[in-house]
Amino acid sequence: MAIKKMLSGNEAVARGMWEAGVQVASAYPGTPSTEILENFALFPGVYAEWATNEKVAVDVAVGAAYAGKRALAAMKHVGLNVAADSFMYASMTGTEAGLVIVSADDPAMHSSQNEQDNRTFAKFARVPCLEPSDSQEAKDLTIAAFELSERFDTPVLLRLTTRICHSTSAVELGERPELPAETKPFPRNPAKYVMVPGNAIKRHPVIEERIRAIAAYAEDYPHNRLEMRGRALGIITSGVSYQYAREVFPEASILKLGMSWPLPEGLIRRFAASVERLIILEELDPFIEEGVKLMGIACEGKSIFPLTGEFDPSVVRQSAVRAGLLPASVIESAAPPDPGPLPARPPVLCPGCPHRPTFYVLNKLKVPVNGDIGCYTLGLIPPLSAIHTCGCMGAGIAVAHGAAQAGSPERHVAVIGDSTFFHTGVPALLNVVYNQAPVVTVILDNRITGMTGHQQNPGTGQTLLGKEAPVVELEPLVRACGVKHARTLSALDVDEIEKTLKEYIKLDEPSVLIVQEPCALLPEARKKWVPLEVLADKCNGCTLCFRIGCPAILKSEELDEKTQRPKALIDASLCTGCEVCAQICPRDAITFRPDSIFV
Amino acid sequence: MKEVINFLLCGVGGQGTVLASDVLVNVGLAAGLDAKQAEVHGMSQRGGSVTSHVRWGKQVYSPIVGLGEADILLAFEKLEALRNVRALRPGGLALINDQAIVPLTVTSGGQTYPADENILGAFHAVTERVHFVPGERLAEELGNLRVANVVLLGALSALLEADPALSGAALSAETWLKVIEERVPAKHVELNRRAFLAGREAVKVADM
Ligand SMILES: Cc1ncc(C[n+]2csc(CCOP(=O)(O)OP(=O)(O)O)c2C)c(N)n1
Ligand code: SF4
Ligand code: SF4
Repeated sequence: MAIKKMLSGNEAVARGMWEAGVQVASAYPGTPSTEILENFALFPGVYAEWATNEKVAVDVAVGAAYAGKRALAAMKHVGLNVAADSFMYASMTGTEAGLVIVSADDPAMHSSQNEQDNRTFAKFARVPCLEPSDSQEAKDLTIAAFELSERFDTPVLLRLTTRICHSTSAVELGERPELPAETKPFPRNPAKYVMVPGNAIKRHPVIEERIRAIAAYAEDYPHNRLEMRGRALGIITSGVSYQYAREVFPEASILKLGMSWPLPEGLIRRFAASVERLIILEELDPFIEEGVKLMGIACEGKSIFPLTGEFDPSVVRQSAVRAGLLPASVIESAAPPDPGPLPARPPVLCPGCPHRPTFYVLNKLKVPVNGDIGCYTLGLIPPLSAIHTCGCMGAGIAVAHGAAQAGSPERHVAVIGDSTFFHTGVPALLNVVYNQAPVVTVILDNRITGMTGHQQNPGTGQTLLGKEAPVVELEPLVRACGVKHARTLSALDVDEIEKTLKEYIKLDEPSVLIVQEPCALLPEARKKWVPLEVLADKCNGCTLCFRIGCPAILKSEELDEKTQRPKALIDASLCTGCEVCAQICPRDAITFRPDSIFV
Repeated sequence: MKEVINFLLCGVGGQGTVLASDVLVNVGLAAGLDAKQAEVHGMSQRGGSVTSHVRWGKQVYSPIVGLGEADILLAFEKLEALRNVRALRPGGLALINDQAIVPLTVTSGGQTYPADENILGAFHAVTERVHFVPGERLAEELGNLRVANVVLLGALSALLEADPALSGAALSAETWLKVIEERVPAKHVELNRRAFLAGREAVKVADM
């Protein structure tokens, strides 16, 4: 009997890559996609890397597939925006060996800035889209994606969602195929691989014909599955929505599309004709619904189910009851009582986070701060409240530049993490230098890609495969971009950061402050954790240390006699001993570390 | 046994809900059931609200539990328990770690942490079956705060056994322990075993 193992969807994709004989994989981390490469990298003899950004990752995978090796690039949904240019030309050229692009979409935006539905990208690029509905299918469709890619000489978009990536279910394991030892000669085929207008114009009809041929192939595609049960209700669905369809409508017939683009028109027509009422169950955009309606087939979808957010069984059940698809009795009882407003527990910078002092100072300086994406976006949360714009990775520096060029009267600051700076920050900083705006950029270098769970990057000296790598030093890089005013400080040195920022804000030229200290959760930092203490006899409840937003600082039960305000108390199980609170306490009521450099 | 048993786990990032739900889904598998688990990796590494879903049954479709459909709420922190009270189905079982982790919105935002009576009151509107377990204190007695999650799993295992609608499957303490032991570092196996057993005792003493 085949071995069954509990795998998350991401682990299953990695397993599928192994069993499909993938040899090269490149990705930039991003929730919910990150664990795909992390797990693939654990297989022996494969090549896997963290690229500097998603566009680079797709180009790397394309190069490997041109060279005749099965290759994959993985990213979160918004990563495909960054990689769109490459995705589009890869569709035009096709490749020598299978090429799969994984997009992990995030309905409900558990950790994203939008909830775009990337199936539209497949249609836009004339590329097929496969959508698994559990971990077993995540593995099977990864393998199927490579077969499809090679059969039709096309990239394939494997579209996952958070509830596929981060759900665990049982998977049957298979074997890795025997792979040819030698690499084929690199193709010399400019008509196919050099997309100048004269060649590209000949390729366009080729890819239009290709997508028509795939649509015909989709009619009998084994992963498009017809499950006939009752005739009263027919449901067309894909991805995790299939699970909700089975759960909520056990009697209904289902057309489950493992390939959600292109659509199998004949199959859909036959299915539609065999049921009395046809509904489309899909999260986010009415993607399948619009396709079915364009065929002139009557169906309902977004008139019943929500357009935004993610589904779950109760959302689907309630929508179905409202639309008369199910009797009201399927909802067990009235909505349970709402506990009323509760104190929120928003995501916060960890105790000891090296990003905290910069935001404490920026808050004091009252300057407009253009943020970027990473742990440091949490500088937005009160009481730090020191981020005023944040749109996508790499935006902050250029937004600050634009505001400055528009004559915004204050000095604009941009804050950006080390990984984000390597991702898309460098071209924006070059633009500031070239076009000369007095933007103050702060690079928050915590020596790791933090928010997505500690991935290596060009500044960390290590690769995904654990190989030593050259460390790209930020200050020389920034100076090479033409920045004249640049300085590197400890990220925990509150006074020096304040002094430097005050100085830079007065300059009429671009400046860059690099603040450096490892993320408090890195093993090397954890080794140095020493909890500090509040000396209750010195603390008078002035509340200043509450304003740095450290979760380890609590209000004590003890009130100060004079002020009648609660004294501070440090939770020793949370405190790392970063000494930020100790530095700002005006009464020296917080102890410093035995090895302190600040006393 | 019910056709599908729905668990919702909730707590604060860093409390070990991820390990607990990984154990739970694999215990379901070890009991010969179909099982699925779903979690979310949010914006913060530590300190934010977290939830995770586990389902056991002959055949499980959805990986997530709908609102008001959880048979069991396993809460690692009291405010998070209250935040998720609506997840529980009427008459469901609530197992709550008697620990408060005060959020910043209380320390520096002027909001108030709910009182125990309010938490209990909100649960009693949904169910009589509410169990508080001093997971943090028991873990401290064992010398390692980080095993509070395993204390809770121990308590859960005993409560499941005591409930015919929820037990059904052949689930001995040893099944749980085996799954737990596969998931913790070798040097912590004994500690986790004691934490699990302490959790089982805690609900026996307190509630039966
Ligand atoms: C285009 C795009 N790719 C990936 C992500 C996911 N993502 C968000 S923040 C982040 C890492 C940020 O790392 P860094 O800049 O070093 O900041 P830190 O989290 O360490 O503070 C990543 C990969 C994203 N939001 N957008
Ligand atoms: S993970 Fe690291 S960088 Fe991110 S908030 Fe925590 S300490 Fe800061
Ligand atoms: S030293 Fe102060 S600021 Fe740093 S983690 Fe401890 S309590 Fe928080």
